[in-house]
Amino acid sequence: MTEYRYIGTEIPRPDAPDKVAGKALYIHDLVRPGMLHGKIKFSKYAHARIRHIDTSKAEKLPGVHAVITGYNTPEIRIGFIRDNFVLKKGKVRQFRDEVAAVAAIDPDIAEEAVELIRVEYEELPAVFTPEDALKENAPLIHEVDARGRPRSDNLVPVPWKFIAGDVEKAKQSSSFIAEDRFETPLIQQSCMGTAGSIAEFDLQNNLLICTKTQIPFLAQNDFNRALAAMGLKGKNTRVIVPTLGGSFGTGLDTHSYEYISILLAFKSGRPVKIVLNREEEFTALSPRQPTKTHIIQGCNKDGKLAFREVRMTLDNGAYTSWGATTPSVMMLPISSLYRVPNVFYETTIVYTNNTYCQAMRGYGNPQATWPLECNIDQLAEAARIDPFEFRMINSNVPDEVTPMGLKISTCGLKDCLKTVSDRLNWKERRGKGRGRARPPRLSARDGGQARGVGMASLLHVGGSGRVYRSDSTGIIMKLDDFGNVSVITGGVEMGQGFDSALALVSAEALGVTPDKITIISGDTATCPWDVGTHASRGAFTAGNAAIMAAQKAREKIFDLASEYFMPRVHSSLERRKKEDPAFEIPELDYGRILDPSEFDMRENYIFLRADPDNPLVRVRLEEILRTAHFKEQGTMIVTEAFYDPPNQMIDPRTGRGNLSATYIFGTQGAEVEVDVDTGKVKVLQFVAAHDVGRVINRQTIKGQIYGGIVTGIGYALCEEYKTEKGRNLNPNFLDYKIPSAPDIDFPIHVECIETNDQYGPFGAKGVGEPGEVPTAPAVANAIYDAIGVRIKNLPITPEKIIGALREKKK
Amino acid sequence: MKKTIHFILNGHEVSVEVESHKMLLQILRDNLHLTGTKDGCGQGECGACTVLVDGMSIDSCLYPAFEVEGKSVTTIEGLVGEGNKLHPIQEAFVEKGGVQCGFCTPGMIMSAKALLDENPNPTDEEIRKGISGNLCRCTGYVQIIDSIRKAARSLR
Repeated sequence: MTEYRYIGTEIPRPDAPDKVAGKALYIHDLVRPGMLHGKIKFSKYAHARIRHIDTSKAEKLPGVHAVITGYNTPEIRIGFIRDNFVLKKGKVRQFRDEVAAVAAIDPDIAEEAVELIRVEYEELPAVFTPEDALKENAPLIHEVDARGRPRSDNLVPVPWKFIAGDVEKAKQSSSFIAEDRFETPLIQQSCMGTAGSIAEFDLQNNLLICTKTQIPFLAQNDFNRALAAMGLKGKNTRVIVPTLGGSFGTGLDTHSYEYISILLAFKSGRPVKIVLNREEEFTALSPRQPTKTHIIQGCNKDGKLAFREVRMTLDNGAYTSWGATTPSVMMLPISSLYRVPNVFYETTIVYTNNTYCQAMRGYGNPQATWPLECNIDQLAEAARIDPFEFRMINSNVPDEVTPMGLKISTCGLKDCLKTVSDRLNWKERRGKGRGRARPPRLSARDGGQARGVGMASLLHVGGSGRVYRSDSTGIIMKLDDFGNVSVITGGVEMGQGFDSALALVSAEALGVTPDKITIISGDTATCPWDVGTHASRGAFTAGNAAIMAAQKAREKIFDLASEYFMPRVHSSLERRKKEDPAFEIPELDYGRILDPSEFDMRENYIFLRADPDNPLVRVRLEEILRTAHFKEQGTMIVTEAFYDPPNQMIDPRTGRGNLSATYIFGTQGAEVEVDVDTGKVKVLQFVAAHDVGRVINRQTIKGQIYGGIVTGIGYALCEEYKTEKGRNLNPNFLDYKIPSAPDIDFPIHVECIETNDQYGPFGAKGVGEPGEVPTAPAVANAIYDAIGVRIKNLPITPEKIIGALREKKK
Repeated sequence: MKKTIHFILNGHEVSVEVESHKMLLQILRDNLHLTGTKDGCGQGECGACTVLVDGMSIDSCLYPAFEVEGKSVTTIEGLVGEGNKLHPIQEAFVEKGGVQCGFCTPGMIMSAKALLDENPNPTDEEIRKGISGNLCRCTGYVQIIDSIRKAARSLR
């Protein structure tokens, strides 16, 4: 592989010093002159008619500047299919529905004012499961669609289907078949920094909004549409993104609270800040969808996969976010993880009166990989083949085109599988805990602890994902008098290490040291367009754009150098001669005009390709830049590039399309110890091998994978957003348990497999989401290996294990 | 009820008029404009607001402002020396990748400081226990523990 200067190093991330000093500014920390504090009044029912809203007392409270409801503000529709309203009129469809809001001079008064608003409701029958919602005569969540046409059922009109080959025929000829049903719960993204925005208008009624988003440019579009609805057609929005305290998919949609801050700012004429508190973050921001999956897979006598049939039901909640498109990403592993010729996949998304859902890290992939990889183990067992061997037999390979039309470029899956197997000492450890494999040393009957190992793999987009018509990103590179480079991007740093990756790629591509690079982002008025930071696409797309922009900058620099290089070399040698009279100026043609192709640049120096290591014949980049700026009729070096990856949208009719320019693979493995008396699962060690294409920053890439795994451990073992009749029961970190440091008392070994992908910036693939994708099935498969019972609905709690062990004993 | 409280904040005497229901976190952020201490939950569950009061780490969101009278408070800003010189714990978090989104970081570092002041040579288990009240969603804690291990080495 090519040797690089900065790619693959462990240079600390550029945003770290401000963050450790407490100087990074999150939405919570920002204040504007005259700023008011907004507060939202949420529904008290899951489904009810709004009879009357009395805001008179709130309006009279001193310090209150604006009180708004759906009845005194223009209707603003939001959501993927425009089925949501910023402030609700007529009826509420979920507990968190926004019925009114206030802006006041301080948060205490705003809260008091919200309490003073009286809403009269008439409760309506509600549905809280997709099954109930699909029953005949079930109450309708939405009586009409966005165009006002009457609706007759609770199906979300976003059907996802994919068929390849002939599953029925393959079923007849399969030697072994495994069939089961699996579930995943609602999950809260659990950003440490809650969501919030500050909206204000200038005197021409243009909107300035600082908000916690991953999609500044699509948000600009959404907000401009809202301005039009407010009678401000043609007015513009400038979106500013503050430092984000995590996002994990929560910033992929625009939310009611953002529009409410806009409406309040417009009404009050003052900047209005709304920041959700932790309870509101749980109850009023959208979690990850719960799923129910029915899966059947079959293989021939040699273990070759013959077919896969998957039917999933998603509880959408009351409104539709971009989360309703997660089945497009679920389709990836379902159609293409391991080589399977015959596939049937269908997803039904159903409205209920539960909280509406949105995307979270992995965009549906964890929900799909859970049933898939658990069921692969079941099928391997039916075929009496070791699950590692079974995966090797069916592994994807480079240059394969899958039935869905995914063009696999590089594929390190076999290496990932082997790495995990080796690190876990798979052959020694697999099948030792269970009665079925051999007489038990420790079984449920004996009590005590039993150990097991398990693994699961992943396939995810690694070369962005064309969810929207455009999958592009822009980069501007601007060089100053001192050789500093502003890399101006539309992408968003939310903790994942985007700035670090982009700085290293830019430095490598341009030939400057990373300390010369400053990443500028998060402002729709000054940054080039980008479709959004999602789909693990940030480093991949911005990196490719940066390489293009750097190439253009180098061409301009070398054009300038052709005339100025030799004279600059000469004057610097003359300076040296003045300081050191003994120094002899070499005899060269200092008036020579060079051809731009004769130059190269690295570590801020321009030099001759033919004489790269000569310390006398080189010029600092800033000398050329200053010469360009200060000469008459001079020039400047600002370059731009717009990169759109070679990928396709999925054709909704056929379910086919090469969604990503390249795909990331990985395998994770766990060794667990299960206490059969208490049901407690202790992870003893965890191993992850990911085909990352190429490591850009070894420190941040590991940070992404560690973080993904631990979120996946939470998904596997403890996290569940509990609801009762649509109301969240655990809106805090005491009752909603995410892993804390003492829970991670086992070694996590991360191995990066480098396949050097032809489409990636310096060979790199996107890595943001995949760390979380196969964690839960890897743990579940290890638990099964230990105690011979399989928990099919996450999280795998001690109660479920004890229950399953008791069931097994019967 | 309002009262003027006096305490030492990062080595400097301060006096602030506060209402009886305010917590130390609100005084630090809203009255004294030191926003390095983060408000993650307001309920003592996440640890983002951790500061030191007389050397002990506490959740400032649950610590009544009146209680701080006459005491010495250290916040994340107080660890940064003259000329923006980072404290060895802060440096270690930069060097070892203990930071991602950064929202938990100030509280995490203050807990690490309390731990290392008390126990300069902690085991990994003691480190995990020392930050058990500080939640992080980004890092999976691995590089945070690396950072604190490195900080302990540089402080010894």
